Amino acid sequence: MRRLSAVVVGASAGGFRALSQLLSSLSENFPVPVVIVQHLSPESMNLSVAQLDRICRLEVKECDDKEPLLPGKVYIAPPNYHLLLEPDHTIGLSVDPKVNYSRPSIDVMFETAAEAYGDELAAVVLTGANNDGTMGCLKIKNFGGLVIVQDPATAEAETMPKSVIDNVGADYIIPLNEIGKLLNKLAEENPNG
Amino acid sequence: MSTNKGEIDNEYLELELLMEGIYRKYGFDFRDYSSVHLKRRLDHRLAISGLKNFTQILHRIIYDEEFFKSILLDLSINVTEMFRDPPFYKEVRKEIVPYLHTYPFVKIWHAGCSAGQEVYSTAILLEEEGLLPRMQIYATDFNEMILDKAKNGIYPVENIKSYTENYQKAGGKASFADYYTAQYESVIIKQRLKDNILFSFHNLVTDGVFGEMNVIFCRNVLIYFNKDLQNKVLRLFCDSLVPGGFLCLGTKETLKFSDVEDYFEIVSPREKIYRKKR
Ligand SMILES: C[S@@+](CC[C@H](N)C(=O)[O-])C[C@H]1O[C@@H](n2cnc3c(N)ncnc32)[C@H](O)[C@@H]1O
Repeated sequence: MRRLSAVVVGASAGGFRALSQLLSSLSENFPVPVVIVQHLSPESMNLSVAQLDRICRLEVKECDDKEPLLPGKVYIAPPNYHLLLEPDHTIGLSVDPKVNYSRPSIDVMFETAAEAYGDELAAVVLTGANNDGTMGCLKIKNFGGLVIVQDPATAEAETMPKSVIDNVGADYIIPLNEIGKLLNKLAEENPNG
Repeated sequence: MSTNKGEIDNEYLELELLMEGIYRKYGFDFRDYSSVHLKRRLDHRLAISGLKNFTQILHRIIYDEEFFKSILLDLSINVTEMFRDPPFYKEVRKEIVPYLHTYPFVKIWHAGCSAGQEVYSTAILLEEEGLLPRMQIYATDFNEMILDKAKNGIYPVENIKSYTENYQKAGGKASFADYYTAQYESVIIKQRLKDNILFSFHNLVTDGVFGEMNVIFCRNVLIYFNKDLQNKVLRLFCDSLVPGGFLCLGTKETLKFSDVEDYFEIVSPREKIYRKKR
């Protein structure tokens, strides 16, 4: 990774708790956008966005179509829509068929993020009981991005992080409580300009 | 294998030229669709076609109309269901139905109707409200194949369970089974629901106004367009509505920040129902 311009996060089963911990540890002046796909049932979604917003020092919101990605904001994919990142760093939504039985799908978001941000992207894969995110991480690595995976031993469901480790390989395999710190550090080390 | 952003920029250049070619040759205008959406669809086509890049696709579509038709299907995403977003239909009953009762004759337009599930949902709702005989419903799409499906109103039986759940959550007043006939692996929508619906081809990008509409539904179509095209199509809707008529968008589509924002009042911010000012 050349510099950090965006962070993308994928989470599934057990993801709400993991996201709470991750987001609460991001520093107040975190300088890049964070985009999250969390698999969830449509009904539980609104509640969790509000809760995450309360515990995070950054603004957390469900994202809108065509919204530009701004530094220090956290965007969560709406239930029942795929979230895609456009080459001009705005958000696109679609109701295309499910991918990996999921809409939103982590792979769809990660793959489009790889093309939009190239080697200025860090991906985080958290707990989950499926393989969504693995193909996306492969593409992110091919574009020179960084892949951070929650240590499966600390994950409520280990399948998703483990699949990335086994099939792609990760730059960091670290416990949940260290991921936020690492992201803060990577952001601080950004070369100027 | 490693790839870089420069290659992606080149691919987007090829993609733009491909869209220009499709427009010049066949008149279908995708030039202002969301570019990441187009690219994903065509990357998929590339992977299964054995062609190497978008420029090769361009060459082939110019000389091979059948291949163009398959691309056209790739670019029209027809995912739909009956009573999608049940709370939306509840809101239609509450906010729009009372207004329709005040008219002896009503015109409704479903733009981007896909295989028809959405327009039959509306027909069911209107029948339950005693309004259907007074309605003229226009249902349009730019995909001829999907329009034929919509006209037939035949759907796989395995979808019925979730459609029925949606119907009930949407405030359905009868039994969903009253509205279709089961036949082997399929269900067929009852003829009486089809009587007042006219299905026809209409391309939102290149075709004109549909006059004097009381209600326009256009859900989950605008998200595939870029901002400029969204504005253009929203102006078309604004011009097609009677004063006091309603515009219904998908749950993640909005008039906020659009060119026509000032011509509408917000009826339901959550369900994206707007009303053209008088
Ligand atoms: C995702 S479907 C939405 C179907 C339905 N309105 C719903 O919300 O369930 C989008 C539909 O828009 C149609 N469409 C896309 N571009 C169009 C255009 N330029 N003119 C007319 N229809 C278009 C597609 O063919 C497709 O059937």
